[in-house]
Amino acid sequence: MTTATTGGRTTVRGVVGTSRTRVEGREKVTGAARYAGEIPFADLAHGWLVLSTVARGRIRSVDTEPVLAMPGVLAVLHHGNAPRLETDYVGLLGIPPDPTAAVFQNDRVPHLGWPVALVVAENSEQAREAAEALVVAYDEEPHDTRLTGAHPDAYPAAGVMPAETEKGDLDAGLAESPFVVDEAYTTPEEHHSMMEPHAATALWDGGRLEVVDSNQGTTWIQGELAKMFSLDESAVRVRSEHIGGGFGSKGLRAHQVSAVMAATVLQRPVRVVMTRRQMFSLAGYRSPTAQRVRLGADADGRLRALDHRSVSQTSTVYEFVEPSAGVARVMYDAEAHRTANEVVRLDVPSPTFMRAPGEAPGSFAIESALDELAERCGVDPVELRLRNEPETGPVSGLPFGSRNLEACFREGARRFGWDGRDPRTGVRRDGRWLLGTGTAAASFGAGAAPSTALLTAEADGGFTVRISAADIGTGARTALTMIAADALEVAPDRVRVRIGDSDFGPAMIAGGSMGTRSWAWAVTEAARELRERLALGTPVPPEGITVRSDTTAALGSLAQKERHSYGAQFAEVAVDTATGEVRVRRMLGIFAAGRIVNPLTARNQLVGGMIWGVSMALHEEAVRDRVSGGLYAPDLAGYHVATHADIGDIDADWVDDSDPEDPVGIKGVGEIGIVGAAAAVANAVWHATGVRHRDLPIRPDRVLSAAAANGGAAGTDGGAADA
Amino acid sequence: MREFGYQRADDVSGAVALLAADPDARFLGGGTNLVDLMKTGVERPARLVDVRELPLDGIEPTADGGLRVGATVTNSDLAAHPEVRRRYPALAQAVLAGASGQLRNMATVGGNLLQRTRCGYFADVSRPCNKRAPGSGCPAVTGEHHNHAILGASDHCVATNPSDMGVALAAFDAVVTYETLDGPGELPLADFYLPVGDTPDRETALPPGALITGIILPPAPVAAHSRYRKVRERASYAFAIGSVAAALTIEDGVVREARLAFGAVASRPWRAHAAEAVLTGAPADGETFAAAADAELAAARPLPDNEYKVTLMRNLVVAVLTELAEEAAR
Repeated sequence: MTTATTGGRTTVRGVVGTSRTRVEGREKVTGAARYAGEIPFADLAHGWLVLSTVARGRIRSVDTEPVLAMPGVLAVLHHGNAPRLETDYVGLLGIPPDPTAAVFQNDRVPHLGWPVALVVAENSEQAREAAEALVVAYDEEPHDTRLTGAHPDAYPAAGVMPAETEKGDLDAGLAESPFVVDEAYTTPEEHHSMMEPHAATALWDGGRLEVVDSNQGTTWIQGELAKMFSLDESAVRVRSEHIGGGFGSKGLRAHQVSAVMAATVLQRPVRVVMTRRQMFSLAGYRSPTAQRVRLGADADGRLRALDHRSVSQTSTVYEFVEPSAGVARVMYDAEAHRTANEVVRLDVPSPTFMRAPGEAPGSFAIESALDELAERCGVDPVELRLRNEPETGPVSGLPFGSRNLEACFREGARRFGWDGRDPRTGVRRDGRWLLGTGTAAASFGAGAAPSTALLTAEADGGFTVRISAADIGTGARTALTMIAADALEVAPDRVRVRIGDSDFGPAMIAGGSMGTRSWAWAVTEAARELRERLALGTPVPPEGITVRSDTTAALGSLAQKERHSYGAQFAEVAVDTATGEVRVRRMLGIFAAGRIVNPLTARNQLVGGMIWGVSMALHEEAVRDRVSGGLYAPDLAGYHVATHADIGDIDADWVDDSDPEDPVGIKGVGEIGIVGAAAAVANAVWHATGVRHRDLPIRPDRVLSAAAANGGAAGTDGGAADA
Repeated sequence: MREFGYQRADDVSGAVALLAADPDARFLGGGTNLVDLMKTGVERPARLVDVRELPLDGIEPTADGGLRVGATVTNSDLAAHPEVRRRYPALAQAVLAGASGQLRNMATVGGNLLQRTRCGYFADVSRPCNKRAPGSGCPAVTGEHHNHAILGASDHCVATNPSDMGVALAAFDAVVTYETLDGPGELPLADFYLPVGDTPDRETALPPGALITGIILPPAPVAAHSRYRKVRERASYAFAIGSVAAALTIEDGVVREARLAFGAVASRPWRAHAAEAVLTGAPADGETFAAAADAELAAARPLPDNEYKVTLMRNLVVAVLTELAEEAAR
């Protein structure tokens, strides 16, 4: 930061790029920051969701009478008496609402853990006791909850991108290739498992619906609730001040909708909070995937043919596509190139966006396959990737924005000590541990969406930014403070950023790694306009001078390009083949992610993603019980996420990645960190042991079984989503 | 959550009397397992009798050279005690391998002995479970069982005992002491946990209403050369998929005395007598160690998805005994 004094006015430049602790950090660590489930309200009633205990069928009866007689019980809402909802609309994200959120509209049960009733009582203990006592009878039907790559009902599905892309003659390309990889990969059902459970309080205040929630976009939820309850958008206000993690899960869910229903029926504030166990069926999840990758290459490792097919699951009531086969559309070109995303409708909850949807599981498959190709061609895995850098978008043909993947690999290889790596497997030992190293590439889209911001020059010389951004733990509030300070050329302590309130106007959600880029754009535009106004020398009136920006037009004029962030992941693992234990000793990620606003929180995001990648590689797996169709042990004792002890020496850094054509230059760092991380770990396990693990997670029993089968291709033992 | 009564007991006889007065009452120690089970509805006590403040928090030597550990000693204090660390190192290691620092600060020795299985079907009141609802069936046998029992189970229940501490206690012939309305009693750990058979809901031989007052660790010089190793699906804060408590006395390259117990393979801490018989008097080498493991695991009856545990336990036994032998040779 440099400070200059010119004519009595202090101007400050260059806060962006310096490390800053969170502006709300003290509030958070002292407990002063209130989260949605702990904000007090007078006359608050508490709702408790009752979830189905069958995986498919119809509700025959809901025996409300005994429960209504229990202490404190105020109401039991169910499909027979709940307010009707509108669901035939398209929301802010351009997709219809997931009926999982549109609760109590009919008697159909599409999955185990589907909300069938809400019990409302004076306190949450009474509500819970009554909810657990509520007898719901079902006419049960046979269910199918098992995904396989060969499921007969799989069909190509689009979601956020085209279902299929194809160019060239794939069969010919593979037939002509001297080296071919043709392997199946699976990833299991994974859950967001953020620290703060979903919680919402709904109340009517002077004819206006207020919802105090924990979500990733207040105007998003405002719009959804307004349409669902047939209200004018101005009659709905959604606030979300602090969010204890989102990862894609904190959108429109059963808790907000049922709270609004109950507040409407009872005409008093009603809070609905999910339990950790309920989150495993109500909060969305990442679908398991069954993927097949076929690669054909020349002797020097250059790709001639590439085929990536991914099958994921969705519910019977909603089509969500985990677009794992989309990775190669950006990353790797070949004359013959085919990618396909397919889904199977099963009797399971609807999956949803989860950190790097598509890229996280897709990169595991394709970056593992590339490692196998490198092995077969005898080409170093880093070199193989550099030889396959495309000139233009492999599918779109569009030019790339800044693409500094090569710089990531060169810098990463240098710092990790990759050069001179012995490609042989199973030869490095440290006591009982076999050691190995692995690498993988990463990419994630760098988009932006229209946003508005309000910026006020206050009479006291301060500035207030108001934008319906969401800080889901990323440090967005701090980043926007820094961006606004630079744009206004003032010190950051003169800038106050208010977020998480739909009254501030439409803005992008915290999602798709697009939040900070989209919001920063709007804040920068507003700052430019405000400075022009102030430059006229008009005195600031007591109510301040407020300008409003809207980036819709500016976004529309941006040239069409392939815009992404990139990364190179490196991992060193230790494997005890006698016990099956795998430990990640060292990990380094080098990223090209545009302009880094706050190195402190950016590193936190990137390292956090990498840690999740380790967790994905080794631990995380929700197991579906085939008989009941529900999850086995759905809690944080049964669903393992990495602990501190699982994480060794891990670091993230970045290379210069400026794009002079881009007016903002920020790409977002929320998701790129997890991409490729699991593949780097799996590739390192192969390097350590000589065994490929194509099914995640790489559990001790899988390592043991593979070792017992004496190497070979024993890494595949058929997981829940076996191909 | 159902409302429940709560009373703090001032002395042992008072605690036993309070429990006897109410058949739906439960003793509350650290609450690290019972309170979780109350939240999920597996346990629905009408009353909790809090015994954590009872004067049972001492660790003292016994006249014959063993140790007496009070029932309310926390897991943390047990693991940190210098005499435990010196004389029974595997016990300290086992306790430290379990749970987290916060939980170990709360959890008590008595409660640890009585903790319930972590089988996911047992914890889910919407599913059948012969242990929780006798006669309702066991979904694990044909369902998810990759971390279930391979030894001593039955068609009625394949759940495992989750304790790490108990595995070391089993190896060291610990004795459980208790108090009832009729006076004190004691049970060797070998008899404390009942076989599964067709009554998996009956887990211990404690008389009804008995309060565990402590454990006695008999003198065992072999235990000074012991260790505990636990394998789990992440590096920390997870229950074992297999564990071993082992102690060896080796003279002139021959095993003079051996203690061996397994965790996460049975409904109770599994004392490996068959393996000990092979070890005793045999050369302290890898061949003996493998033969010992095989002798014990010959009785294993794995299910389709937990066969790996047979390999895991065999490898773990060989690895731990080899480490102990190498240590002794130094």
